[in-house]
Amino acid sequence: MEPTSSRSKPSSRSKPSPDGRAAGERSASPEAASAARTGSNDGRVGPAEAGAAIRAAEQRWRQAARATPERPVAFTTMSGEEVDALYTPAGIQVDYLRDLGFPGSYPYTRGPYASMYRSRLWTMRQFAGFGSARDTNERYHYLLAHGQTGLSVAFDMPTLMGYDSDHEKSEGEVGICGVAVSSLADMEQLLEGIPLDRVSTSMTINGPAIVLFAFYLAVAERQGVPYEKLRGTTQTDILKEYIAQKEWIFPPAPHLKIIVDMMRFCSERVPQWHPISVSGYHIREAGSTAAQELAFTLADGFTYVEEGIRAGLDVDRFAPRLSFFFNAHNEFFEEIAKYRAARRIWARHMRDRYGARDERSLLMRFHTQTAGVSLTEQQPENNIVRVAIQALAGVLGGTQSLHTNSMDETLALPSEKAVKIALRTQQILAFESGVASVIDPLAGSYYVEHLTNRLEQEAEDYFRRIEDIGGVVAGIEEGFFQREIAQAAWRYQQEVERKERVIVGVNDFIEENEKIEIPVLRISPEVERAQRERLAALRRSRDAAAVRRTLDDLREAVGSGAGLMEPVIEAAKAYATLGEIVDVMRAEYGGWREPETVG
Amino acid sequence: MTPPASERGRPRDVAEGRIRVLIAKPGLDGHDRGAKVVASALRDAGMEVVYTGLHQTPEQIVEAAIQEDVDVVALSILSGAHMTIFPRVLELLRQESADHMLVTGGGIISRHDMEALQAMGTGRLFGPGTSTRDIVDYIREWKRGVAAGA
Repeated sequence: MEPTSSRSKPSSRSKPSPDGRAAGERSASPEAASAARTGSNDGRVGPAEAGAAIRAAEQRWRQAARATPERPVAFTTMSGEEVDALYTPAGIQVDYLRDLGFPGSYPYTRGPYASMYRSRLWTMRQFAGFGSARDTNERYHYLLAHGQTGLSVAFDMPTLMGYDSDHEKSEGEVGICGVAVSSLADMEQLLEGIPLDRVSTSMTINGPAIVLFAFYLAVAERQGVPYEKLRGTTQTDILKEYIAQKEWIFPPAPHLKIIVDMMRFCSERVPQWHPISVSGYHIREAGSTAAQELAFTLADGFTYVEEGIRAGLDVDRFAPRLSFFFNAHNEFFEEIAKYRAARRIWARHMRDRYGARDERSLLMRFHTQTAGVSLTEQQPENNIVRVAIQALAGVLGGTQSLHTNSMDETLALPSEKAVKIALRTQQILAFESGVASVIDPLAGSYYVEHLTNRLEQEAEDYFRRIEDIGGVVAGIEEGFFQREIAQAAWRYQQEVERKERVIVGVNDFIEENEKIEIPVLRISPEVERAQRERLAALRRSRDAAAVRRTLDDLREAVGSGAGLMEPVIEAAKAYATLGEIVDVMRAEYGGWREPETVG
Repeated sequence: MTPPASERGRPRDVAEGRIRVLIAKPGLDGHDRGAKVVASALRDAGMEVVYTGLHQTPEQIVEAAIQEDVDVVALSILSGAHMTIFPRVLELLRQESADHMLVTGGGIISRHDMEALQAMGTGRLFGPGTSTRDIVDYIREWKRGVAAGA
């Protein structure tokens, strides 16, 4: 579909033929297919004469509209793309079956499942974790009691980086921005009273994902729940760590090797688990545009697919278990278009580039979180409204699960009250607004289809650039992604400071001497002290010989390049700690320092 | 004070001697968007900026500050570890007799904690939504105050 947009210039890549017919029809190459959609000027929606009549009418409208001057602001999306005042069917082409199709069918633009929210609403999944495993366990029971339908674990910084709570680098960080989990004992406490065969659990863990996953599997075993019944996700997306969030442990190659081990293990033993959630969220939070979030995330996803194939796995064995995670930022329609474009691009590349045949390999499922970075410390109650709008975009974009941020997250971890309002926001969307009744209700919107095509084209342009660099890992090593994101973040900041972009309460509508009157959650330093003691007690009471033996076995597997999932599970069950297990790997794999990229 | 002809039209700090700033990411936190944006803004304002990169210990930061002979040490902390890291950096600077340096910074720091840290000896701390111009102005003002007091 191509919007009419007399102000915007035709894409340089588009080559409409003189008679206005599409240059490429149902082209085999992904680039050509998307170029045909975005570039050519086919009147497929109606006969050519109808298009001409609309264009003539549009000219009259444009003159009428020009009679009243526009507000003196830049009409651009957050990504800096100019938008026209109006989009109409003239010049638009959508080959309905090729470009949109039906929910649950190729190319999945309208949704990954046939019945979408008519059968099952999205999972309301609030990311939570703070203090000790016991504190967080209480929060989980609270959230489940208030109607939440899945768990999402936030770990503290030491856990995210593979350090035990009693490591010197952990000082001051234990339990602060998530829950501290240093061993199976902590994981047991974290999940106490939660039946793992009946909830799905998402764990935001990347560098040491294999270890925390092993802890989880061991708890399931202890609960008597077979691996086959476990549902959930480990984030495990190390590529976006190098690109954006910067929480890696080893260099890229060994991390990718471990990820392939996890994919293999899950495809054989934990069939309902998602071993990777390919994440754009953090890329966006670090300052990227919507198009960069889309392009870099999908490029990361393709890299995991290529790694799996290179390791000899059948693409249709592991691809169905890849899932995605996107941001929901302020630019409402652009976000919705981003989700729709993501599904279409993924399906096409999986089918045409990677030869996937199983339908489940083609359909993209994703989690959405509202944009933490959009929240303001000033007038924090306004954040409730921002979150509602962002969440609506996620729902209209067909997300499978959703986290809504709490209004107080620029101040500290959220209080119980703030979390409840965030959850209630989802419930209001789901049950009061009617938006869950109709699937992909914005399809056919001239503007949304224009944005969907444009984002797809921008992503394809980035894929070519990444390929020219030598792929995602080469791009990371030379700082390509980091630089692109830092530049976009700096551009955005300058726009805000020049007031080209209004942020209510921050650079306009400011309240001087504002008093913040919402309660702020504080983590007591007592948590760190208690956690250190708990860990010391564990080290004294566990079977030291079993720990040594399982760590030796792990060391051997690491050295020989064997699969690591089984030996890590054995070490976990012997109560070897996170830090001990990671140290064995670090000794072989080494660490990593990123290239310098400021602005 | 009127700058010499050769300095006219250049940023004021050049005339006064460029302000040198160390921007540091201490601890395990990898969220470096703010640190990089502030680094770009200070450079744009004519200051000399050294960025440490990620995952620095307080010891490494203080060593770099002394080695680079900076005027200002700016810490970016979004992980909540500020109540441990700021006091440690202040203490190490005192031990090295380098407490003439301004210790400032920002991140996810509640106002309550900001006040507590300022009472311990940090300069102003900045939260989300801060304009980089405010940071530039603050550092220049501090430098003028130091120059006037000396």
